[in-house]
Amino acid sequence: MRTAFVETLVELAQKDPRIVLLTGDLGFMALEPFAETFPQRFFNVGVAEQNMIGLATGLAEAGFIPYVYSIVPFAVLRPYEFIRNGPIHHQFPVRIVGVGGGVEYGHQGVSHYALEDIGVLRTQSGVTIIAPADANQAVTAIRKTWNLPGPVFYRLSKNTRTFIPGLEGRFEIGKLQMVCDGHDLLFITTGTIASEVVSAMALLREQDVSCAMAVLASINPAPVGCLIDLLKRFPIVITVETHYITGGIGSLVAEILAEHGIACRIVRCGVKQNVGGITGSQSYLESFYGLSAKTLVDTALLSLRESTGI
Amino acid sequence: MSEHSQHSVSAIDIRKIILEQSNRAQVGHIGSALSVADIIAALYGNILRIKNPFDSCRDRFVLSKGHAALALYAALYLKGWIEEEQLNQYCGNGTLLGTHPEHAVQGIDFSSGSLGMGLSIGAGAALAARLQNSSRRVFVLLSDAECNEGSTWESIMFAAHHRLSNLVAIVDLNGQQALGYTDQVLSLTPLAEKWRVFNWDVHEIDGHEIMAISKIVNQLNTTDGMPHVLLARTTFGKGVSFMENEIKWHYLPMTDDEYKQALKENGVA
Repeated sequence: MRTAFVETLVELAQKDPRIVLLTGDLGFMALEPFAETFPQRFFNVGVAEQNMIGLATGLAEAGFIPYVYSIVPFAVLRPYEFIRNGPIHHQFPVRIVGVGGGVEYGHQGVSHYALEDIGVLRTQSGVTIIAPADANQAVTAIRKTWNLPGPVFYRLSKNTRTFIPGLEGRFEIGKLQMVCDGHDLLFITTGTIASEVVSAMALLREQDVSCAMAVLASINPAPVGCLIDLLKRFPIVITVETHYITGGIGSLVAEILAEHGIACRIVRCGVKQNVGGITGSQSYLESFYGLSAKTLVDTALLSLRESTGI
Repeated sequence: MSEHSQHSVSAIDIRKIILEQSNRAQVGHIGSALSVADIIAALYGNILRIKNPFDSCRDRFVLSKGHAALALYAALYLKGWIEEEQLNQYCGNGTLLGTHPEHAVQGIDFSSGSLGMGLSIGAGAALAARLQNSSRRVFVLLSDAECNEGSTWESIMFAAHHRLSNLVAIVDLNGQQALGYTDQVLSLTPLAEKWRVFNWDVHEIDGHEIMAISKIVNQLNTTDGMPHVLLARTTFGKGVSFMENEIKWHYLPMTDDEYKQALKENGVA
């Protein structure tokens, strides 16, 4: 997905000289196409993420569209107050590009995980939050949002292999994307963990469970209207995200269910416990935290049993 | 507005407005604003090249020590960019003039209030000017306590590395911070050497000598070389004897008697 991001950014930058790219000394084997095509518009600012956001704020006031790049916690959490007081408060077109949603940086440890970024940014109504499920959707999302007047956070995966069949690269700001329809239960997911949901649904189909699946990539603005219409049709919704269960899309869906009095049970799948020091690959850790296809199947079957009393 | 139609910006008028407005609104930060009154007068009277607040080629100014906003509002009023009616609603409910500046106010380029952010924004603004081949300059006014912030030093390194000679930092060295004297809280000494070894062009000046400040700034090479810093020695609460170098005037509003005394010392009957 980062390769797709950089290729798309090069394409946009060829059309618009206002685009500049700043990195906090990360992006090896990723940012080179931009750096080589536009050496005058590429700045490695060093390991100084607070300064990077401040620089982007000053650049944006003068008419630039600065993209700032780092691994999610360093792009969002370290300079959070700079983001709040700078691009968000001034409503400047700064693009915060965070790589590595969830536990993608597996062996690198907790310092590199992104488990609360959506939660903290979602409290700010003045920032667009986009978490694509695969590279094709990322490309569409970047092309459709590069010129927004206010700030945008892109939660990107470094994994370029994920492909969600049926998504077909669709993205629209403030909308959900349905991947497939069904009637027993609804999955709503975000980011590349969507591929586990796809696998889980195939296993559930073998057990005659009919599932619908929606990708929630436009987290802010949230697709409130789409969600209301969709949630009314299902007895159970299972949200799946590589994020702490508090503050992410599970919370978002729960807010909508409660505020609109929709009779649909929600089961939130995400990281439920404080992450300790356990290391492992991305897939190991996603499984460890209950987000593998197999665990999602178990969760879905248990939820159905509980709901029907069988 | 009419009495200031010539747009003269004097430190005397700035101080008078600081006293009047902070007394009327019964708010603090008086000492901090008085500390920079002369620097603000030099900037808005002699230094900043701003035809109007909307001109994209204007010099940019970041009041990084946002708690001195009232001194800035006074200058903007004296320039004719904010109305007397607006100034007289300082700290009023539903207005934009709080004790820290808001960019929605005409003439204010960036909001501030959280310390240690302004120099990074200024460095970005200076980089933007260079990329746009503009001769505009960027001025950032910091407090000495902002040099406690690690982020300030991130920006100091960046500006020097990229030789942002169009960036001028001014540090209001009044020697005080919220809870004490800087030497006792977190010593900055030797501050000039610190900036110097970070490859800045350092000038140690008297922050109350308006003509000297203006002269030095107007002699800086802002097209090539190192970024510049003026380490401006100032007196906290300057111009009001009972406020000078007193920590409590970071916070307190004035009583009626104190207000009368302060006005008297500033030539207002």
